[in-house]
Amino acid sequence: MSDIANRLRIRAGFRLQWEPVQDCHVLLYPEGMVKLNQSAGEILKRCNGEYTVAELITDLEQTFQASGLEQEVLAFLHMAQQQKWVNYV
Amino acid sequence: MKSKNVITAPAPTLNPPLWLLAELTYRCPLHCVFCYNPVDFAVHQNELSTSEWLRVLQEGRAMGAVQCGFSGGEPLLRDDLELLVAEAHQLGYYTNLITSGVGLTEARAARLKLAGLDHVQLSFQDSTREINDLVTRSKTFGLKQQVAHIIKSHGWPMVINVVIHRLNIEHIGRIIEMAAELGAEYLELANTQYYSWAHVNRDQLLPTREQLVRAEQETDRWREKLGDKMRIFFVSPDYHEAKPKKCMNGWGNIFLTITPDGTALPCHTARMLPGLTFPNVRDMGLNEIWFDSDGFNRYRGTGWMKEPCSSCADKEKDLGGCRCQAFLLSGDANAADPVCPKSSHHHVVTQLIADAESRAAGTADASAPWTTEQSVHPLIYRGPKESLRLKSEEMKKE
Repeated sequence: MSDIANRLRIRAGFRLQWEPVQDCHVLLYPEGMVKLNQSAGEILKRCNGEYTVAELITDLEQTFQASGLEQEVLAFLHMAQQQKWVNYV
Repeated sequence: MKSKNVITAPAPTLNPPLWLLAELTYRCPLHCVFCYNPVDFAVHQNELSTSEWLRVLQEGRAMGAVQCGFSGGEPLLRDDLELLVAEAHQLGYYTNLITSGVGLTEARAARLKLAGLDHVQLSFQDSTREINDLVTRSKTFGLKQQVAHIIKSHGWPMVINVVIHRLNIEHIGRIIEMAAELGAEYLELANTQYYSWAHVNRDQLLPTREQLVRAEQETDRWREKLGDKMRIFFVSPDYHEAKPKKCMNGWGNIFLTITPDGTALPCHTARMLPGLTFPNVRDMGLNEIWFDSDGFNRYRGTGWMKEPCSSCADKEKDLGGCRCQAFLLSGDANAADPVCPKSSHHHVVTQLIADAESRAAGTADASAPWTTEQSVHPLIYRGPKESLRLKSEEMKKE
């Protein structure tokens, strides 16, 4: 499920974008919308087909000068796959 | 005006609309007996022009709307649809086409894909040609199957919407199977809501309680069988549930509907409510319409309520139910929705359900209930002629 050497991307039919009026990232899909908190938005922004899961985690840790994010990120990505927001490239 | 505004004070945090629903036209090649367009649609001519729609799209997006639905009537009858979709997409809306499929040729699908269309919701009427043709008075069954293939071949997520009523409810398992075979990601089994044309034909369409129970059980069986391959929504039948719905997720809360002639509405049937005026986008900007107009403020929040709603523990949860349903069933748009057992008009709903039961009991062949009834009470088909006839009858009554 969370093979960290693989690349994830936002699934076809879903769209991630920043909404100034809502002041957050949102994920849009047929007839619906999910409002994302900051960390969810930052993780999904990196599900662009370019980063492997491992690189995504490293990049988040570097950008936010944090460490030990792996478990939290993997748990979120697991949920995101179950919700069908993302899939493997 | 000032004192009225105090009584109907909007909910404390009033957000901009998330949904802009653009009803591009009331014209339609189908004649569905449950259509939600107003019964008097034929008197509302004078469609907005392309440039007027472009301005509406821009204003809605500037307010923060993120979902844009193009519906009708049949939106494909507007030959500027591609242009409007392209503008909506470029503005950052998630764009939804809500269509009967008639007119979605391979060439138009390719142009809509290029324009950035994100998703298509295709209506189906039944799993059989007979009922499809009967309820739409058209020969469109095969065409809808072809259109479903075109939609899939362009990679769009596909929602299939089927309005459920007495004439197709026995086929629900086969309908689900058909939607899965066609590759739908989502299936909406929308139990008929009795407004507009469905209200005119209610006696023919209202199923029995037993039919609804069986339909829901069948739906659950298919959910288990299909897993997460296709998500199925079973829209609850509110006459039978005896539970008022939080209509439109709150009046003037999420949805902003613009009708073909530019009237702005909090829901697509609100136009029927007496004593309310709704602004037109030709005269007023969307911002002012949403935040300041009387029509949009009238039923926001809970300040407008009377008993039994105003002291009800569930008033924030259901907001008193649907205003159009309250008006249709009780004659008073400020009353509690009569589907609620606390409503003093609830007996109207229980009587309607009882009538449906006795009609079913009197029908010889339960699998073909329309055959015996049609001669007694023919279905009334949506169309401009019927629309004008019903309108003039109504005016005579007044």
